Amino acid sequence: MEEFEVPRPPRTNYLNAEYGVKSWLLTKDHKRIALLYLGGISFFFFIGSLYAMAIRLELLTPQADLTQSSTYNKMFTQHGIIMVFFFLIPSIPATLGNFLVPMMIGAKDLAFPRINLLSWYIYMLGGILTIYALLAGGVDTGWTFYTPYSTTFSNSYVIATGLGIFIAGFSSILTGLNFIVTIHTMRAPGMTWFRLPLFIWAHYATSLIMILGTPVIAITILLVAFERLAHIGIFDPAAGGDPVLFQHLFWFYSHPAVYIMVLPAMGVVSELIANFSRKNIFGYKFVAFSSLAIAVFGFLVWGHHMFVASQSIYAGMIFSILSFAVAIPSAVKVFNWTATLHKGSISYDTPMLYGLGFIGLFTIGGLTGMFLASLATDVHLSDTYFIVAHFHYIMVGGTLLAYLGGLHYWWPKISGRMYPEGWGRFSALIVFVGFNLTFSPQFVLGYMGMPRRYHTYPADLVSWQVLHVLSTAGASILGVGLLIPLIYLIWSMRYGRIAEANPWHLPGLEWQTASPPPTQNFYETPIVTSEAYEFAPPEAKEVVGRFERQRPVKI
Amino acid sequence: MAEDLATTQEHAATHSALQHHFENMEQQREAGTLGMWVFLVTEIMFFGGMFLAYTLYRSKYPEAFAVASNHLDIKLGGINTAVLIVSSFTMAMAVFSTQVGKKRNSIIFLLMTMALGLTFLGIKAIEYHDKYRDSLIPGTLIPGRPFNPSPHELHLPPGMPIGNVELFYWIYFAMTGMHALHMIIGVGILSVITILAVRGRFSPEYHAPVEISGLYWHFVDIVWIFLFPLLYLLGRHLAGHLG
Repeated sequence: MEEFEVPRPPRTNYLNAEYGVKSWLLTKDHKRIALLYLGGISFFFFIGSLYAMAIRLELLTPQADLTQSSTYNKMFTQHGIIMVFFFLIPSIPATLGNFLVPMMIGAKDLAFPRINLLSWYIYMLGGILTIYALLAGGVDTGWTFYTPYSTTFSNSYVIATGLGIFIAGFSSILTGLNFIVTIHTMRAPGMTWFRLPLFIWAHYATSLIMILGTPVIAITILLVAFERLAHIGIFDPAAGGDPVLFQHLFWFYSHPAVYIMVLPAMGVVSELIANFSRKNIFGYKFVAFSSLAIAVFGFLVWGHHMFVASQSIYAGMIFSILSFAVAIPSAVKVFNWTATLHKGSISYDTPMLYGLGFIGLFTIGGLTGMFLASLATDVHLSDTYFIVAHFHYIMVGGTLLAYLGGLHYWWPKISGRMYPEGWGRFSALIVFVGFNLTFSPQFVLGYMGMPRRYHTYPADLVSWQVLHVLSTAGASILGVGLLIPLIYLIWSMRYGRIAEANPWHLPGLEWQTASPPPTQNFYETPIVTSEAYEFAPPEAKEVVGRFERQRPVKI
Repeated sequence: MAEDLATTQEHAATHSALQHHFENMEQQREAGTLGMWVFLVTEIMFFGGMFLAYTLYRSKYPEAFAVASNHLDIKLGGINTAVLIVSSFTMAMAVFSTQVGKKRNSIIFLLMTMALGLTFLGIKAIEYHDKYRDSLIPGTLIPGRPFNPSPHELHLPPGMPIGNVELFYWIYFAMTGMHALHMIIGVGILSVITILAVRGRFSPEYHAPVEISGLYWHFVDIVWIFLFPLLYLLGRHLAGHLG
C-alpha cells in the first residue's frame, strides 16, 4: 500500500553523525542529550520499580514476612525518593521535552547546549550519590524528610540522600531555564506564541515551576543537612525552632512539583488527542492558558498538606478553597480534550490508547483529590492508603501513561524505526488493567482505615487482605505491561520497520524533517504560516482518506 | 542605507563568537541576557527560603534578635555596604566602556570591581573572626568551639533563652555566608572576563558576557542591600531598653 512512499533513511542523521562513547558523552546535541536522559531515567525507574514490587510482596500477607519495620521504612522511602526525584520530575521534560522543544518551534538546538549537557551530568551525579546512600545503608525518613525525625532522630543516610536530591535539583533548574530562554528567543520565523503546539505551552508552564520552586527545596535540604551536622536548631523546638517551618518550605516546592510531573504529561496528551483525532484542539487558548493557571495556582495550595499538622483552621480553609480552584484549569483541559474527540477521525494507535487512558485515570486522580482538599474528609483520610492511591493515579496513571504514550508517538522520530503496533496496543491494555487493579483497591483500603507506611495489618480483617492481594496481583500485571515495551522498543531500534519522515501524516514541525532528524534538525530554517494542528483542508481530503483506510477504526 | 544595514547584519551574522545554533548576534545576546535574568529569579527564590526563616523567627523572638543584632559591628557592615555600592558603579562603568569600545577603561573598571569585591570579602573575614573570638559561631559548626558567648558581653537580659540568640547567629551566618559564596563566584567570573578583555575578545558588536556578568554582580550587591538593614540595623533603637 505505501511501499512507494517509504523513503530511504537520510545518509547522516543525529544518530550516525558521529560514533564512539566520547561523541555521546561530550555531545551538545539536544537530541542526543535527550537519549542520555532516557537511559538514566529508565535505569532509575527500574530501581524504583524493584522497591515497589518488594513493598507489594510484603503487603501480600498481614504479617511481616520479608522485612522488619526498619527495612520496610527504608524501602518505601527509597521507592519514593527515586521515583519522585529521579524519574517523575525529569521524565517527560528531560527526554521528550529536550528532544522536541527545539524541533517543535523550528530551532536548531536549545539556547544553551553546554548547560543542557551539564544538566545531565548533574542529574547523574545526584543519582549516583543517592544510589551510594542506598547501598551504604539507606534512608528511612519517608521521601518527605519531615523534621525533627530527619534532623535529630533518624540514624540513616539523610545527608547523602539529601545532597543527591539537592544536586539533582540543579539539573531541573537548568533544564527549566534552558526551555524558557529557548521558547522566548529561538522560535522560527512565523512561529508566534499562539501557533506554538500545546506541548510547548505545557513545558513553558513546567519550566516556570522548575525555576521558581526548585531553589526553595535546595535551600530547605541544605538547612536540614546543617541542622543534622551542626545542630543549629532551626527546625528544633528545643532551641526555639519550628519543625512545621520545614513542612511549609518542603511543600512550597513539593506540591508544585506534582505539577512539574503532570503538566508535561498534559502537553503530551494534548498532542495525542488533537493529532489522533485529526482535528484542531477544541479551545486552543483555554488549554494553553490553563497550563499557566495550573502553574500559578499550584504555588498557592501547599498548605493542604498540613491540615492536620497544627496549621490554623482559617489558613486551612483558605488553602482548601485554593485547592478546589486548581480543579478549574484541570477540568478545562479534560473537557477540551473530550470536546476535541467529538466528531474527530479517531485512530486507536498505541499512543492514542495511552492518551485516552490518561484522561480517564487523571480524572479519577483529580476527583479523589477533591476529597482530600475538603477539610473534614481529609481528617479521616489523611495518611491512609486513600492518599497513596490518589497520588499514584496522578503520577502513574497520569504521568507514566503520558510518558509511554509520548515515547511511542515520537519513537519513529527518535529512533527512525516503528515499534510493533500489535504489541504496543496489547501492552497499553495490560498497563491500563494492571494499573487499575493495583491502585483502585487502595482507595477502599484507605477509606477503611489502612494507614500508609505500615508493613503489617490486623490478620482478622479478611477484607483488608483480599484488597491487598488484588493490589499486589495488579502490580505484577503492571510490571509485565511495562517490561513488554522495554523489550520491543529496544528490539525495534535494530529490527523495527524503517519509519518515514511523517509516519502519522501530521502537520507539526517535528514531522516535517527526516526521521531520525539531522543534527541541525532542519535542512533549512522552517517558516511557519499556519496554526498548530491545522489539518488538511477539504480539497486535500483524499490524502486524509487514504490514511484513514489503512488504519481500521474498529476496536 | 538599506545596503549599509544589510552589510552590518551580514557582519553581525558571521561574527566569530556566534554559536552555530543562533541565527545572529542579536538573538544570541538576547538569549544570554534572558538566561541570566531567569537564573537570578532562581537565586531570589533560593535566598527567599532564608528570608522566610528570618521573618518567622524575628517576629517570634524580637528581643533576642535585637540583642544579637546589636552585637554586630555596624561600622564594618556600613563600610562594606559602601564598598559594594561603589563596586556596582565601577561594574556599570566597565559594561559601558566595553559597549563603546574603550578597552583600556573597561579593563581598569573590571579590576577595580574585583578589588572592591575582595575588600568586601576581607572585611567580612574580619567580622567572622570577631564572632569566632567571642564564641558566637552557632551549633557545632566549628568542632570544639560551641556557641558560648559571655552573657555580659552580649548584654543578655535576664531570663532570655540563649538558644533564641543562637538562632539569630545561625541565620546571620547562613545568609551572609551564602552571600559571600556568591561574591567569591562573582570575583571568579570577573577574573575570567578580565582575561578575555585583555585578550581583546570584546568589541561594541560583542559584549554580552560583560553585560551578563554585570547583571550577576549587581544582583549579589542588591542581596547585601537587603541583608544589611535586616541583620545590622533593625532593632538598634531597642538597645537601651534591653541592655
